[in-house]
Amino acid sequence: MADTTMTVKCLVWDLDNTLWQGTLLEDGEVRLYPGVRELIQLLDARGILQSVASKNDHDHAWAKLEELGVAEYFVLPHIGWSPKSGSIRSIAEELRFAYGTMAFVDDQAAEQAEVAFHLPDVRCYSADEVAGLAELPEFNPKTVTQDARRRREMYQAGFRRQAAKSDFTGPDEEFIRSLDLEMRIEQATVEHLARVEELTLRTSQMNATGVHYSREALAGLLLDDHGHQVLVTSMSDRFGPHGAVGVVLVESGADVWHLKLLATSCRVVSFGAGSVILRWLTDQAARAGAHLVADFRRTDRNRMMEIAYRFSGFTGETCPCLASLPAGDVSGLQRLHLVPVPQAPPTTMRLIAPDLTAVPENRFSDVLP
Amino acid sequence: MTTGSAESVQQRIREFLEERIKTNIVVDKDLFASGLVNSMFAMELVVHLEQEFGVAIVGEDLKLDNFRTVERMTSLVCRLRDAPVTDHA
Repeated sequence: MADTTMTVKCLVWDLDNTLWQGTLLEDGEVRLYPGVRELIQLLDARGILQSVASKNDHDHAWAKLEELGVAEYFVLPHIGWSPKSGSIRSIAEELRFAYGTMAFVDDQAAEQAEVAFHLPDVRCYSADEVAGLAELPEFNPKTVTQDARRRREMYQAGFRRQAAKSDFTGPDEEFIRSLDLEMRIEQATVEHLARVEELTLRTSQMNATGVHYSREALAGLLLDDHGHQVLVTSMSDRFGPHGAVGVVLVESGADVWHLKLLATSCRVVSFGAGSVILRWLTDQAARAGAHLVADFRRTDRNRMMEIAYRFSGFTGETCPCLASLPAGDVSGLQRLHLVPVPQAPPTTMRLIAPDLTAVPENRFSDVLP
Repeated sequence: MTTGSAESVQQRIREFLEERIKTNIVVDKDLFASGLVNSMFAMELVVHLEQEFGVAIVGEDLKLDNFRTVERMTSLVCRLRDAPVTDHA
């Protein structure tokens, strides 16, 4: 994890004499320093979020950012007269980022010192360092997944979603329906692997076994022909994409389908994504006439996953089919069993998923519900 | 803290549900079949019942049938609450 904590996830910009040349309230006319626009776009493409902590009149400064054509790149801007440490604290809290992954750039040593005093883990840079920021290792994530490139867009969609939710007063399920959710399940390809690996690493609350799979191990499973399926789930709604949010690893034998891993992102827990995936797999196994056996290993954080399995009908009861499975190589592994019956499609979202029971030639074709 | 009759347990569960679902609930109504709650909310329910009544709902007790109606949740909570506490320290 050292590499991930090293990487900056959000850079907070000062405006006057840092992002732009001049002091807005005194000079009126300001312009971006040369190269700043390109730097903003470059960091954005690397999946590094950017925000603003500036002592200025909010409406005036924001209008200027819009006029300069860079406003869209900033999330949760804090423009006002409060201490910048407080702004950075609230940005980090809202993004749920650790302070060690936050960076702050300001031309004034006093502002840097104020932030460093209250938030010693935040990395501070002076305005002279802006030109070289993109070269620093902490601004170079090890891998840039497709989702990382769209990270800002996904966060912005998330904020709009949250605002819509707080305005909505009705049963949750009605709200969820109003989102116009779409879930797409597809066989993972090599391009998905970085994100799939990341999901198995980062989904500690919603990982059924707590086992992390490396990209190499996953790549091996894609190539192996023993009925292993690596499925990746992505979601979107009317506010925008959620990106890849779930991974399923299942070995489909003739009589028993062995679900080795189900992990979903915490971002989609409230949409019941895990249950929708489980119900779809149950339906698929029922059509194939196979029993479903799920590996589950209790960790101190994945209780939600156990509840999802149990409420989908999985039990600890024994069945002769369990004997056909190889012993697990992880201690504390439980095998939960289900005799599947066909399931109705979800009522809260559109599901686009492949037919795993189709003959191998059609393995990659999508079947619309 | 966890004392109280079955009626008060039932009342507290019903109040929680009515607050969350924002509708009146009959104690023998199947909440899942009627679409009032989904599997996602079921998870929240489990955690809530455990915290509210100081019980641990694990293993085979964790099944949808035990949570279908206010009545079933009440009897689950009362059974677990009255069981001798030996296993979980």
